[in-house]
Amino acid sequence: MERLAYDIVIVGGGAAGLRGAIAAAETSRALRIAIVSKVYPMRSHTVSAEGGTAAVLRDYDSFDSHGFDTVKGSDFLADQDVVEFFVRRAPGEVIQMEHWGCPWSREPDGRVAVRAFGGMSVKRTAFAADKVGFHMLHTLFQTSLKYENIERFDEWFVTQILAEGGKVAGVAALELRSGTIHAIAAKAVILSTGGAGRVYEFTTNGAIKTGDGMALAYRAGAPLKDMEFLQFHPTCLPGTGILITEAARGEGGYLVNNKGERFLKKYVPEKMELGPRDILSRSIIQEIREGRGFDGPYGHYVGLDLRHLGEEVIDRKLPMVRELSEEYAGIDPVHELIPVRPGQHYIMGGVHTDITGSTGMAGLYAAGEAACVSINGANRLGSNSLSECLVFGAEAGRSAAAYALTQGPVGSNPVTALAKAEETRIFDGLLKREGGESLADVRREMQRAMEEHVGIYRSAEALEKALSLLRELRKRFDRVGVRDKDPFFNTELTATLELDFMLDLAEVIANAALLRKESRGAHSRTDYPKRDDANFLAHSMAFRTATGPRYETKPVTITKWPPAARVY
Amino acid sequence: MAGAPAPKPASATPPPPPRSVPPPPPKPAVPAPKGSSKTIKLRIGRYRPERSAEPFYQEFTIPYRDDMVVLDALNYIKDRIDPTLAYRWSCRMGICGSCGADVEGSPKLTCALYLKDLRKSPVTIEPLANFAVLKDLIVDIEPFMEKLESVNPYIVRGDEKPIERGEYRQTPEELELYRQQSLCINCMLCYAACPVYGHDEKFLGPAASALALRYEMDSRDQGSEERLAAVATSHGIWQCTFVGECSVVCPKHVDPAGAIQQLKARAATRLMRSMLLPLSTR
Ligand SMILES: Cc1cc2nc3c(=O)[nH]c(=O)nc-3n(C[C@H](O)[C@H](O)[C@H](O)COP(=O)(O)OP(=O)(O)OC[C@H]3O[C@@H](n4cnc5c(N)ncnc54)[C@H](O)[C@@H]3O)c2cc1C
Ligand code: SF4
Ligand code: FES
Repeated sequence: MERLAYDIVIVGGGAAGLRGAIAAAETSRALRIAIVSKVYPMRSHTVSAEGGTAAVLRDYDSFDSHGFDTVKGSDFLADQDVVEFFVRRAPGEVIQMEHWGCPWSREPDGRVAVRAFGGMSVKRTAFAADKVGFHMLHTLFQTSLKYENIERFDEWFVTQILAEGGKVAGVAALELRSGTIHAIAAKAVILSTGGAGRVYEFTTNGAIKTGDGMALAYRAGAPLKDMEFLQFHPTCLPGTGILITEAARGEGGYLVNNKGERFLKKYVPEKMELGPRDILSRSIIQEIREGRGFDGPYGHYVGLDLRHLGEEVIDRKLPMVRELSEEYAGIDPVHELIPVRPGQHYIMGGVHTDITGSTGMAGLYAAGEAACVSINGANRLGSNSLSECLVFGAEAGRSAAAYALTQGPVGSNPVTALAKAEETRIFDGLLKREGGESLADVRREMQRAMEEHVGIYRSAEALEKALSLLRELRKRFDRVGVRDKDPFFNTELTATLELDFMLDLAEVIANAALLRKESRGAHSRTDYPKRDDANFLAHSMAFRTATGPRYETKPVTITKWPPAARVY
Repeated sequence: MAGAPAPKPASATPPPPPRSVPPPPPKPAVPAPKGSSKTIKLRIGRYRPERSAEPFYQEFTIPYRDDMVVLDALNYIKDRIDPTLAYRWSCRMGICGSCGADVEGSPKLTCALYLKDLRKSPVTIEPLANFAVLKDLIVDIEPFMEKLESVNPYIVRGDEKPIERGEYRQTPEELELYRQQSLCINCMLCYAACPVYGHDEKFLGPAASALALRYEMDSRDQGSEERLAAVATSHGIWQCTFVGECSVVCPKHVDPAGAIQQLKARAATRLMRSMLLPLSTR
């Protein structure tokens, strides 16, 4: 087995991973950095982000305002020291992106333009039309090409974190093109593998968002934090789950029911369409339940009305909204309502890290959607997560670099032997399996169980049901056979590995949701409809054991914003 | 590109020898879900280097809905009929650039093409033309990546303003000068449509040229000298005969053909300047 060795291995080439790689590369030219990604970096799901990136860029704005909006949006579960650090760092990151060539939209005087976004009390969201993630990802990827000490392993699928004595030693990765497992030795590993939306049936997330990094960390012994908190975005196209960005409402779009009413006046009269996502999603479900939704081939929906904005504004500021509506819903938003309903969009939880990106396991770092640091708490504000990828991607890169510089050579670490065992597990175990179960069936049933029982509204009964279904599915997974026996570019094998990861995460999510007997942010328990600060103002931490997840709690850090009722 | 040739096998990576038993024969197609009785046939170009050196076609019949894109059909086959089928996809919203294939002989994003618009059965789906095939619809991207990297696709500056001093001002009009070229999703459809690239695999080609122009036209950039030198090589922009197919197939309206013409003009100006002006004033 070929053995590769780097100072830092970054798993994932999305916004967080690329930003981390550049930060590490700039820390010291002597460091050799590898980006290992299961897809070419520009395919990472950051590419799909549409609306914008939040940062304090104007005189009328302040760190306190961005900080408080974020903490209130999080339903007071975010760690406030982390939020304060985040809002101070975000502007520099947006400007850094500008220096690297990001085609931000501009004001007439040439400054980076900002727009309104849900839950943000002033205009502070920088944007590049409505293809923000796309432009940020390509800018970061192209800029990363300048650095000679960054090397890439594109279409390499990391299957395991290798560790010895509680300390990271590297990763095992399947090179898709050759169908071989490699050991990559490293002093430090950064997980920036993105979210886990594919655990659900109806999601805005692409096929690659299977939560691999969270499962990798969990299996290596690092805890997962706040996994019960998933964001459901209010406006997704029925059928496909394709996102219609919040920027459509930021630019003045309305949500209407089948009576043509802007129904949000009953739920969030102060903020209307710019209320936070958790509340808007629940309001839509409520309207539909009370019979005021529209009926379509993919269930009930409400309307997103942009007609009053006019063709010129739509084309200049929301070109992708028009493109997606025309191509994927067959309607033109200049003349018609866009059909929308809530769908899984983002996971607030993830691999626990401290403010430096460290997971607590020596040498293991995490950043981006895969991590939980936590600025998002129980509900993320739109446009904070791309900023989070930049701020904490860079921070994890610098921390990992500082750590790697203190470590001796990787020469003697035992990764080859460790990866040999992984090779046996995958090629002699999984690949040779002849079971009669279908991968796609087990995956679909997991997604349906999560959708139905661990969705926007939850209850003890539903969650117990989900857990029993998941236990059954885990057993069935062991009988899933792999029909493609060629190790080379075997996308059936990688899909099997991904399902294995997702089943772990689904179990952690459902259990965490069951244990949190309150409603906070995006976690709504019908049997415990109130927030309960006395018992639950704390992060949940899930540790892996042989019999399933074990949970601990971790206090929330409060600096200047004492928990208060969250009204909009 | 009507009548694209059958997929050509990758020559760069000799297929490793088969490791194990051949797959069991495909299960019969699952009956159509209730309520839909229509079916459609797909004819897919397949290539399994570990089993046979020759590409082949395989037909699948699947239930049809009006709102099905080609990618939905591929996913239906993979999930319910033949899990061995290999292809790339992720975003299914036309932005990640991974799902390109030749459909009925023209390069398309499979996630953005409705079967109903093809009005045809069987529908033939093959790997993108002009690229070496690795497995089924998966082609070798590496040569394309090398081209992208060769044009210095980043801002180059002699002087770097400190971050604390804020952004480089750029007006909406200045942004407009390169916005179109910045929309490329690297889907490579333009290469599959380009006859020059079909003959000369070293040709820099459409998307990489558009990317070069994107940075050329950016008011913040000062790296024109090296970048123009990088695109005006013997396999560079001068090879383009302005067929223009690349701009026809581009799903993001990047107009790479126009970009190459603009680059030619800029490179020619630079050449003239270097011939006419004394060294000291260049
Ligand atoms: C449709 C949509 C719109 C959004 N809009 C906005 C917005 O407007 N503003 C905002 O702030 N946020 C937005 N978000 C959220 C935001 O885009 C994401 O949270 C963010 O981009 C995540 O970036 P990342 O770098 O953490 O992960 P990703 O970009 O998902 O990258 C993950 C990387 O990890 C790699 N990887 C994963 N598993 C493995 C493995 N096993 N081995 C090797 N590599 C692996 C992948 O190849 C990929 O390179 C949006 C999200 C969606 C889905
Ligand atoms: S120029 Fe157009 S066709 Fe070519 S890679 Fe870019 S987006 Fe695709
Ligand atoms: S799947 Fe991303 S462009 Fe088609």
